[in-house]
Amino acid sequence: MADNSIEVKNLYKIFGTNGKKYIEAVKNGMSKDDLNAKHGHVLGLKNININMPSAKIQVIMGLSGSGKSTMIRHINRLIDPTIGEVIFQGEDICKMSKGDLQEFRRHKTAMVFQKFALLPHRTVIDNTIFGLELQGVDKKERHDRAMHWLSRVGLDGFEENYPNQLSGGMQQRVGLARALTNDADILLMDEAFSALDPLIRMDMQSILLELQAELHKTVVFITHDLDEALRLGDQIAILRDGEVIQQGTGQEIVLKPADAYIADFIKEVNRGRVIRVDTIMTAANGGSSITIPTGSRLELAAKLMVESGEAEANIIDDAGNAIGAITLKSAIDAMVTPAVH
Amino acid sequence: MSTDNAETGLNIKELLTEFPEMSRTELRDFKKGIDETFKGFTREYGEGIENFFDPLLAILVWFEKLVVATPWPLMIVILAALVYAGARSWPLVIGTVITLLIVGYLGMWEDMMFTLALISVATALCIIIGIPLGIIMSKSDRTQAVITPVLDIMQTIPSFVYLIPILMLLGIGKVPGLIAVCIYAIPPVVRLTNLGIRLVDKDVLEAADAFGASPRQKLFTVQLPLALPNIFAGVNQTIMMALAMVVVAALIGVQGLGSEVLKAVNNQYLALGLMNGLAIVAIAIVFDRVSQKFGKRLQKHSEVVHG
Ligand SMILES: Nc1ncnc2c1ncn2[C@@H]1O[C@H](COP(=O)(O)OP(=O)(O)OP(=O)(O)O)[C@@H](O)[C@H]1O
Ligand SMILES: [Mg+2]
Repeated sequence: MADNSIEVKNLYKIFGTNGKKYIEAVKNGMSKDDLNAKHGHVLGLKNININMPSAKIQVIMGLSGSGKSTMIRHINRLIDPTIGEVIFQGEDICKMSKGDLQEFRRHKTAMVFQKFALLPHRTVIDNTIFGLELQGVDKKERHDRAMHWLSRVGLDGFEENYPNQLSGGMQQRVGLARALTNDADILLMDEAFSALDPLIRMDMQSILLELQAELHKTVVFITHDLDEALRLGDQIAILRDGEVIQQGTGQEIVLKPADAYIADFIKEVNRGRVIRVDTIMTAANGGSSITIPTGSRLELAAKLMVESGEAEANIIDDAGNAIGAITLKSAIDAMVTPAVH
Repeated sequence: MSTDNAETGLNIKELLTEFPEMSRTELRDFKKGIDETFKGFTREYGEGIENFFDPLLAILVWFEKLVVATPWPLMIVILAALVYAGARSWPLVIGTVITLLIVGYLGMWEDMMFTLALISVATALCIIIGIPLGIIMSKSDRTQAVITPVLDIMQTIPSFVYLIPILMLLGIGKVPGLIAVCIYAIPPVVRLTNLGIRLVDKDVLEAADAFGASPRQKLFTVQLPLALPNIFAGVNQTIMMALAMVVVAALIGVQGLGSEVLKAVNNQYLALGLMNGLAIVAIAIVFDRVSQKFGKRLQKHSEVVHG
């Protein structure tokens, strides 16, 4: 499979009339507040380096104003960087010509927006074909492809409705179908589910995970919600004031928060849904009748042990060989005790 | 010292009451210079400009003939059908037919047809020129800053003032009348096209960019369709303003309800003036109601709804 990883290198973004002028000052440690107060420029992003893995979900998390939207918009260059590179398939997106960029956006990327950004004057089906229409795909084909994806996101029968006749959740399904119909390698999602009710949000997360299991796109997913980040993210980067303050898997972040700010963030997390059995297992001893596949979360392991009445379980790898063991007590310990760091 | 003071006081008073104006001869030469220059321009290019507008004259004459020659029952059916297509409202269709019948019965059918022809051609012309102009205006703040004052002048300058150069250039006739109507009526469609495009939701525009729309694709798939209700409001105003100009157009030789009003003014025919005036009002009301209903239908799905 092609390598569809995205590499963000030394990226800086300073908003204002002459951002370049202040790069050195920022590099030398000028803070966002100082830059704004002294020079009237806004520091959007500072020295961003993220390797977004191919065919995985990269989550970018942070509070409001931390630069998440600014970050994701550099990947399809809706925003130009002040300095820095975004490399995809060996090419720097930031250096593409207008024509190349247009082709890149048409064929390599698709985007889902927080406020849906559907075309209000078009029906659901005509919204869904939008990307293919811009590409110049013929009528019949674009209609068929759009119908397929509408059906996949559960919108059969709503093709002729207008967006303002649909609920928020359904509108975002249209947004997702519109992006998927493009069949691009990169899927950009800027707080795509943030505007939805909690239940519908869980629903959309499930749809995304289900689709990703078969599509293997490089997904860049923005959220300010830690639970969402941990559920979806193969990798997570945390932004604060335009800087990456920690990146890694969800488990790494929960077990080893880089600073007090992140530790505070993860306090309320359901650890059983994040930490995997492999992290706390001991040497295999074959002393139990139940088995748990490698990579399972603690919550699942505890549930299996409780249901079977066993206090211990064997961890097996994909081939079925025992690679370790886990006790109910250790599982529950890890779920309730904050990790020492 | 006291006399000195009185003297300067007098001078200042004189200075304040008498405006320091140009000397009479200078002023006359100045005006004459402008007039002569323009006359020279007219002599030089008048014919060329007149020829330039020949196609417009041909279209207007052809359309007038067509409308006047169409048998009245057929014309009523056509107009009723147009009203229905635009407004989808039976009461409005019936109202329109009754209005037409009354106006016809009172002996103003042919004049009304001339006026309808003039308004239709003028509106078409305003749309053809005005919408592209509005699009250009929306593209940059600089073009907007240049075009806006021009539109302001076109709307506020008394129409008789620009009748003078038009008359000098083109003489009396249908084309100068048409041009005078258009100068007065075109600003709304330009302004509202510009405004409509500028008001298009930024999020939707960003989505179009993200999917790789070219500027042209963006214009035709997003900006114009979403600006349409506003553009249409502009067209509606343009029609109303064109109707308001028919009497002025009659001054420079355009036949129709306006010329009858003018005749009534010159001869103090109260009934004639009132009837033709009211016929103009009736047309205006029909146009307005139909275009408003049509505009509402355009707007039905165009609001962005979040959540
Ligand atoms: N065009 C702009 N001009 C000036 N400053 C900007 C611009 N766009 C964003 N910013 C600033 O950059 C910073 C990051 O903004 P950004 O929209 O990326 O935040 P975010 O993490 O997406 O926040 P939210 O969760 O509210 O969407 C903010 O301080 C914002 O004010
Ligand atoms: Mg944002």
